[in-house]
Amino acid sequence: MTELLTVEGLETQFRTREGIVHAVNGVSFSLREGETLGIVGESGCGKSVTVMSILRLIPSPPGKVVAGKAIYQGKDLLKMSDEEIRHIRGAQISMVFQDPMTSFNPVLTIGRQVAEPLEIHMGMSRKQALERAAEMLAMVGIPHAKERLNDYPHQFSGGMRQRVMIAMALVCTPQILIADEPTTALDVTIQAQIIDLVKRLRDELGMAIIWITHDLGIIAGLADRVAVMYGGYIIEMAQVDELYAHPTHPYTIGLLGSLPRMDETGHRRLVSIDGLPPVLLEKPNYCPFAPRCKYAVEHCWHENPPLMSVAPEHQVACWVDTQTGRER
Amino acid sequence: MAQPVTLDARAHDKDALLTTKRESLWQDALRRLVRNRAAVVGGVIILMLYLMAIFADKIAPYPYEKQTLVDQNKVPAWMLKVFPTMQPYAKISDKYLLGADYVGRDLFSRIVYGTRVSLTVALIGPLISLIIGVTYGSISGYFGGRLDNIMMRIVDVLYAFPGLLFIILLMAFFRSTFARPEPGTFTYAVSQLDARLGGMLFIFIGIGLTAWETMARLTRGQVLSMREKEFIEAARTIGATDLRIMFRHILPNIVGPLVVAETLAIPGYITTEAFLSFIGLGVNPPTPSWGSMISEGAQVIRTYPNQTIFPALALAITMFAFNFLGDGLRDALDPRLRGTQ
Repeated sequence: MTELLTVEGLETQFRTREGIVHAVNGVSFSLREGETLGIVGESGCGKSVTVMSILRLIPSPPGKVVAGKAIYQGKDLLKMSDEEIRHIRGAQISMVFQDPMTSFNPVLTIGRQVAEPLEIHMGMSRKQALERAAEMLAMVGIPHAKERLNDYPHQFSGGMRQRVMIAMALVCTPQILIADEPTTALDVTIQAQIIDLVKRLRDELGMAIIWITHDLGIIAGLADRVAVMYGGYIIEMAQVDELYAHPTHPYTIGLLGSLPRMDETGHRRLVSIDGLPPVLLEKPNYCPFAPRCKYAVEHCWHENPPLMSVAPEHQVACWVDTQTGRER
Repeated sequence: MAQPVTLDARAHDKDALLTTKRESLWQDALRRLVRNRAAVVGGVIILMLYLMAIFADKIAPYPYEKQTLVDQNKVPAWMLKVFPTMQPYAKISDKYLLGADYVGRDLFSRIVYGTRVSLTVALIGPLISLIIGVTYGSISGYFGGRLDNIMMRIVDVLYAFPGLLFIILLMAFFRSTFARPEPGTFTYAVSQLDARLGGMLFIFIGIGLTAWETMARLTRGQVLSMREKEFIEAARTIGATDLRIMFRHILPNIVGPLVVAETLAIPGYITTEAFLSFIGLGVNPPTPSWGSMISEGAQVIRTYPNQTIFPALALAITMFAFNFLGDGLRDALDPRLRGTQ
């Protein structure tokens, strides 16, 4: 599979009154055609900032992408002119947000909002665009799509709105769909529907997906590969089956340990990870997880581990082999 | 579970889904506006005033500038009953509905024509302040940062500037004989234009100079709060240009507060005009303006109170009408009151 998007050494910082917040510290990953990449991590670990940086949607000031590349179709998204990146957004790379309740303009009809990317990127007339929007709404399972074009966002439920949002994101058939916790604001049954919908659309339209979530359960059935983020670093990246079968980083192990699993028998206590996520005011010269890590050794406090290959397509940033308890 | 739950919404009853009431924000606002009696009365009065301004020459029984010197200060008989303490020196005559002024011009006709000045101001004032203020405020709020800081400090400085003094200076300069003698110069052109507009040019300039600042601040604040909304972020992710975001996504969302503020500011513009005319810096005579009529009438208020009271009444009614409408609009456009009543 060819690589669609390659991100290398992405670093994003925010200037705040307390100092510089190192939100993303040298994140590298690639996305292949038609692949679904899950990015997992707790709140504030830099998942959203990573994808926002790629689309250049970081508000500046205070935010700034200080280093890195994001190569898409041979061009660096981070070095494009504002005009060039604008033509990428919504047409080639589009995004679905977390909260479908606030992501629509309350004074415009749904039809006009779904049709908007077509008007912007395809130069369609409003009539054409609305027709296409209706097709797209039908595709994401909005009943009576044509009639509902004239409805306003408040006339849709949360789940329906998230469907509409997906329709809006996919209406120009982009190559990459970035989903930033699209199911977090929805209840569990609706979550399942939305995930099924995305899977179906992925098969029909063949786009690649970056799915951001803090829910490892969702990722398991959806992603091909998973990147786990912590404190602005990717600390483990692997094929989805590999990650769930052989979690290697202590943090990943902790995350999986805190989840109930359908496929296990017997009784087990759910384990929580002690401590708090790190404050990102300084770039640590030690492993950012070390303060919470029960495997931590002396080395962890002196050098921040880089991503190291432990198996084919499985990289981890940890000095300690968690299976043996010995240093790598 | 007795029955399997169908997740597909297509299985729902078609009619039930289609009977949802489709009502846009504006329809909803309009519905609530017409339920507000004071606002409707205000609106109707404003409409009538505008008709009166447009058809002034049909309604007024006499031309506003026609002086009939023998009819100086004529008072109709009924006026004595309303104002029993008035002691007119002139003869009682029912020739004029509300009496005549000190050079024998029909008071009623002049009040009717005076509507033109006040309502032009009520139209031009908001126009200027909306065009300049909203544009300025939008740019400042949308782009933010240093630009916003600079633009708002400029507004602060202008805000501190005594606007009225400035208008007075402007008029004193352009209307003085000093400015007139050379045709072809800028000052000459300006004073000619002023004369052609019946002396309203400086009223427009004066109102424009002072009114847009408030509007710019309000707009900036509104845009600032809108800018952080998620749907603006969403618009950006679909590749919308800044202009598109401003005009299609932000402006329709803040137009409510802006319209309300503007409607409530109109009485202020009318007062400014009346005040300028009152102190003799408004429209050129013989163009009637309520302000100048009140000013002239005030000199004889004890003997002929009708010459002050009726123009003042016209002014008061107009201001009430705009205030009522503005209040009604504010309630109608208040998002927290949506769907009520």
